Amino acid sequence: MATSTDTTMQPLYLERDGMTRDHRGLWSDAWRRLVRNRLAMVGLIVLVVAGGIAFLAPYVDSIERYTPSAISGDNQLGPSSGHWFGTDQLGRDIWARTLEGVRVSIQIGVGTQVVVLALGLSFGVLAAFGGRFTDNIVMRFTDIMFSFPDLLWFILLRAILIERDIPLMTDIVVMILAIGLISWTTIARLVRGQMLSLAERDFVLAARALGASRWRIVVQHMVPNTLGPVIVAITFGIPAAIFAEASLSFIGLGVPPPTASLGNLISEGYKTIQRNVWNAVFPAGAVALLMLSFTFLGDGLRDALDPRTR
Amino acid sequence: MLAYTIRRVLWIVPVLWVIATITFFMMHAVPGGPFTRDKERPPALEAAVQREYGLDQPIYEQYARYIGDLVRGDLGISFHTRQPVMDTIIDRAFTSAQIALLTLVVAVVVGMVLGVLSALNHNGAGDYAGVFLATAGASVPHFIVAMFLVIVFSVNLGWFDQVGWGGPATPGDIFNFSAYEPKKMVMPVVALSALPAAYIARVTRASMLEVLNQDYIRTARAKGLRETRIVLRHTLKNAMIPVLTVVGPIAALLASGSFIIESMFNIGGIGREAILAAQRRDYGLIMGTALFYALIVSVANLVVDLLYAVVDPRIRYR
Repeated sequence: MATSTDTTMQPLYLERDGMTRDHRGLWSDAWRRLVRNRLAMVGLIVLVVAGGIAFLAPYVDSIERYTPSAISGDNQLGPSSGHWFGTDQLGRDIWARTLEGVRVSIQIGVGTQVVVLALGLSFGVLAAFGGRFTDNIVMRFTDIMFSFPDLLWFILLRAILIERDIPLMTDIVVMILAIGLISWTTIARLVRGQMLSLAERDFVLAARALGASRWRIVVQHMVPNTLGPVIVAITFGIPAAIFAEASLSFIGLGVPPPTASLGNLISEGYKTIQRNVWNAVFPAGAVALLMLSFTFLGDGLRDALDPRTR
Repeated sequence: MLAYTIRRVLWIVPVLWVIATITFFMMHAVPGGPFTRDKERPPALEAAVQREYGLDQPIYEQYARYIGDLVRGDLGISFHTRQPVMDTIIDRAFTSAQIALLTLVVAVVVGMVLGVLSALNHNGAGDYAGVFLATAGASVPHFIVAMFLVIVFSVNLGWFDQVGWGGPATPGDIFNFSAYEPKKMVMPVVALSALPAAYIARVTRASMLEVLNQDYIRTARAKGLRETRIVLRHTLKNAMIPVLTVVGPIAALLASGSFIIESMFNIGGIGREAILAAQRRDYGLIMGTALFYALIVSVANLVVDLLYAVVDPRIRYR
């Protein structure tokens, strides 16, 4: 008697037909599609290599070759075997400084997106599940922040936070906050929209009909389906933040010198462009390469995570 | 539709109020004020200056007075030049509007032509070249494009000038063609239009491809219509809707996109004015430029939303 009850309680296994296909989840499927996308792979490899070189440089002398802020008499040199990218007006090695700039840019790009993800997810979920009144308040606030002139926000918030001795508030953290605290609106709208549309979908209804708890439905069924577009938006957010830092530093309102952010380097190089073009060309190339790689990767991720939009 | 429009227009008021409030308190939270100088001034003079601009009063009183003036349409005066903020903004916005308009025209024309050619040549060599160019153009910052333009066309070839703007200075000169200096106009516009053009090209291509695969295009072909007619009459018109969705935000973005370019080319537009105001802690002008920008963005978004309904009759606003 007992044994027969046990067998009826066993989950029902569906018979596979002759075309056996290994079980693949959403993510491994997406990964396979991403690997097949050549441009996205080029972007990923460039980012891994450039990031690896830049972050290893301070620990490996044969990569960095010179201290980024070391001043020497050899100023305004063009590229040579001694100074691969040449030197600036103070005789500092542009290769070492560009590597520092790449480090700063990646830190700011990724750090900003951590802030954006935290705020965007919180506000988005709050709006989707907090009831009609909360939804209205949160989304109207999002609308307002969306029309805020972002450059003015960066400049003001940076000016408020910088030059204060708050613990952990390094110049880079200030830039991350200045950029991140205004850039979350897109993610918030995206998460809310996704959540609301997913809530009406059949598989959520099915899960509810099977008696899944509200929490389980959100965490197991809805969040993974929201993650795709969010990951894509984050990947596109990184180059946007790198661009914001570079623009701000370019007008002298970014990471304060002597930190060699890419924007600072381009700005310094642009001032002496009549004498030595190379000072500006290499850091500008680095910004372009980073942003291009992230964009290719983002395009590839979008195609991989949502095969319907080609 | 009319009710929707009215509601959207009225919604701009609280948006501007909240943005004015945030800007006001952020601006006052920045250490130092408009009259902080490296050199110490006599206390009596300092106090007189503070009183003159109302800076000696408590912050909430300054805020109440600013909002009160704002409601009456008075943006106050610039703390730096002592000119009315409204006059400065209108003057600078005239230059920025020329740049934005030219950029938009160049971006739409170049972007759509590239996108259509790319789509018609789907998966050919030209298509791949177009897609690569569009992606590159969409991910290289405009000031880097500007810098390379300066290196090649100004420093090396000497074709174009890199200082100032060549458009008319006052609305009265719009039809006075001797007031234009094209040598100064090319580089800022090209640099600014690279990104939107690339973006429009990508969207146009994708949307053209989608429409070209529709059944009614096959029907049109089966009827024996000429290819040019199919493309221009049947495809392009329907492919325009997604393009319109990006033109709107781009138009709004141009207001801020030109901040850096204006600074770079020393163009006296609203973007450069906003940066200068923030650097000088020119309270009056910071508020003015923030509100101006927010107004432009709000109106642009509204116009775009209304245009959708005009282009696509399936869209109904309630």
